[in-house]
Amino acid sequence: MALLEVRDLSVRFVRRHEPTVSAVDGISFDVHPGSTVGLVGESGCGKSVTSLAIMGLLPQRGTEVSGSAKLAGSELLRLSRREFDRRRGKEIGMVFQDPLTSLNPVVPIGVQISEVIERHRGLSRRDAKREAARLLDRVGIPDPTRRLGEYSHQLSGGMRQRALIAMALACEPRLLIADEPTTALDVTIQAQILSLLRELVAETDTALIMITHDLGVVAGMCDEVNVLYAGRIVERAQRHELFSRPRHPYTAGLMASVPRLDSPRGQRLAPIDGSVADNIPWERGCAFSPRCGNALAVCGQRAPELETTDAGEQLRCHNPVDATETVERADD
Amino acid sequence: MTEPGSTTTSSGAYAAEVGEPVADSLVEIDDLRVHFPIKRGIVLDRTVGHVYAVDGVSLRIGRGETYGLVGESGCGKSTLGKAVLRLEKPSGGSVRFDGTDMSRMSGEPLRRMRRRMQMVFQDTLSSLDPRQSVESLLVEGMRAHGLDRGAERTERELRELLSAVGLPASALRKYPHEFSGGQRQRIGIARALAVRPDLVVADEPVSALDVSVQAQVLNLLEDLQEEFGLTYLVIAHDLAVVRHVARRIGVMYLGGLVEESDSDSLYERPLHPYTKALLSAVPVPEPEVEDRRERILLSGDLPSPAAPPTGCRFHTRCPWRQPTRCDTERPEPRDLGGGHRVACHYAEEIRDGLITPNPAEGSSSAGIS
Repeated sequence: MALLEVRDLSVRFVRRHEPTVSAVDGISFDVHPGSTVGLVGESGCGKSVTSLAIMGLLPQRGTEVSGSAKLAGSELLRLSRREFDRRRGKEIGMVFQDPLTSLNPVVPIGVQISEVIERHRGLSRRDAKREAARLLDRVGIPDPTRRLGEYSHQLSGGMRQRALIAMALACEPRLLIADEPTTALDVTIQAQILSLLRELVAETDTALIMITHDLGVVAGMCDEVNVLYAGRIVERAQRHELFSRPRHPYTAGLMASVPRLDSPRGQRLAPIDGSVADNIPWERGCAFSPRCGNALAVCGQRAPELETTDAGEQLRCHNPVDATETVERADD
Repeated sequence: MTEPGSTTTSSGAYAAEVGEPVADSLVEIDDLRVHFPIKRGIVLDRTVGHVYAVDGVSLRIGRGETYGLVGESGCGKSTLGKAVLRLEKPSGGSVRFDGTDMSRMSGEPLRRMRRRMQMVFQDTLSSLDPRQSVESLLVEGMRAHGLDRGAERTERELRELLSAVGLPASALRKYPHEFSGGQRQRIGIARALAVRPDLVVADEPVSALDVSVQAQVLNLLEDLQEEFGLTYLVIAHDLAVVRHVARRIGVMYLGGLVEESDSDSLYERPLHPYTKALLSAVPVPEPEVEDRRERILLSGDLPSPAAPPTGCRFHTRCPWRQPTRCDTERPEPRDLGGGHRVACHYAEEIRDGLITPNPAEGSSSAGIS
């Protein structure tokens, strides 16, 4: 059974005097223990809002959340705020993009970590502190006992992110959600953090939801990948299948537009036309159709459904990229 | 930059181009140093130390070529870019632009020189004045340099400029907030080109943009180079972006240039341990490559540029560190053939496999996994 089952999750932001914004529009996916599921897409595709909804961190005013998200069979979305506080951090750990704003600047990091341990695991202050030092050591921070007394500004970016991961791991959560965990970091530090996350998933059977815009990170980390566009999943596949033959024109377009380290130099990139501002609402048709090179007349009239292909992938497209084609990079 | 269509360059042609020093360089940087004083004290400003942002960099940028400068945050790449434009005054060394030493220029001659060099910034929202219309943004520079000759002519030039960067003429009356990130970067590029410069320094031109839009802007930069015969200095942390646009690449670490080469040879045969680590850390969107590639994980973080390590600046994190020379003697860039310069005492031994990386040490993940 899946550890996390998300079914038909929708998040709408309702504001007075302004049209309602549908940030997440009927998303379903499963996460199994010991596996990594990727949510990929560009800014505004709803990937972060999805994770915030699962963690119950969206503001209550002005947001309408519907659908279901079950963690080990128990519904998360109908929890009261107090119940959520009891489970968040204990069963679900989170790592955010910007470790500087996620850490409290006026509290030593040791206190921030042991606070979680005291609260959720009921350890004494002394034991919690010892446990915090063990966690810092676990995530590769040298001299952990001294670091416990330091403040976030005294740590480097990579070390802050490690501290945040230590905090997320404090209660050995079964589910870890990492929202762009390495976007703010330099590549050599990013490599350190990604290898740490990979190790954790392999060793502790934790389930990981990896939210990112970086296809390279996805290729190295995720087992299953969900590609999001304008609040809906447009393609879902195992990573090897997704990268070797992307079926949705958006996925294929993304792959062709990224400059790659291992492609011959001088090749021209094949960008996707326009920007997300050109989208049409899903009610009218496929949101991607105005930017799509494969668009047919039907695309602007009726939105495609997410359907299972012969290869067992999920695809939301009227006119997908030919499955026999491999990724072609335009060279004009 | 290769023309679109010629996908790969034969190695023979390359050696001929890069083998000799660039005959016609537009920018010549020699032993450039930019040090920022660290001051302390309330009444008396005592200088208690320096941040060695750029510390002894020499390089050449050929006319019409694209030079890519890569490195991680704090390596001094942006400061170097600003020093080239003389937006930072060098503490030592020289920057020659088209044969003229910029570091000694000031006042009106410097101002006039600046027309020939322009900058494109990373953050399109903060680098465009929100209260200026696109027209006023573009005309401002032209006016300052006396290129604004008659309303009709200027109007025509602006239209041509906008169409060159792929914006409709109606954009002239609009304001920066009315555009998307990619379009704003096009405005930033148009502003740089309005004064018809020779050199454009682009500092992280696409890193704030969505992936699908990045490609549009990179292609645009390529087209404009061909159309206007521009020379680019592209500064970026993303190796893949730099490799895509630049013919020659310099890798910086803690204020110094550690390796410089044409981009194909840098990618195929990185010689400096830092470049090796950097290249192995860049994620590639290809699961097969990701699964089997060898990663060189560096231990620890970047040391402070205010107190750089003695000897080779990279020796504190280098997996190939040797007991002698590395911590005492700072290596100078040496040409190992074909214009491939490396600042490492043991580059040949590492290349020939005579030295192997040290095993992982300590609790942090170091070494090769």
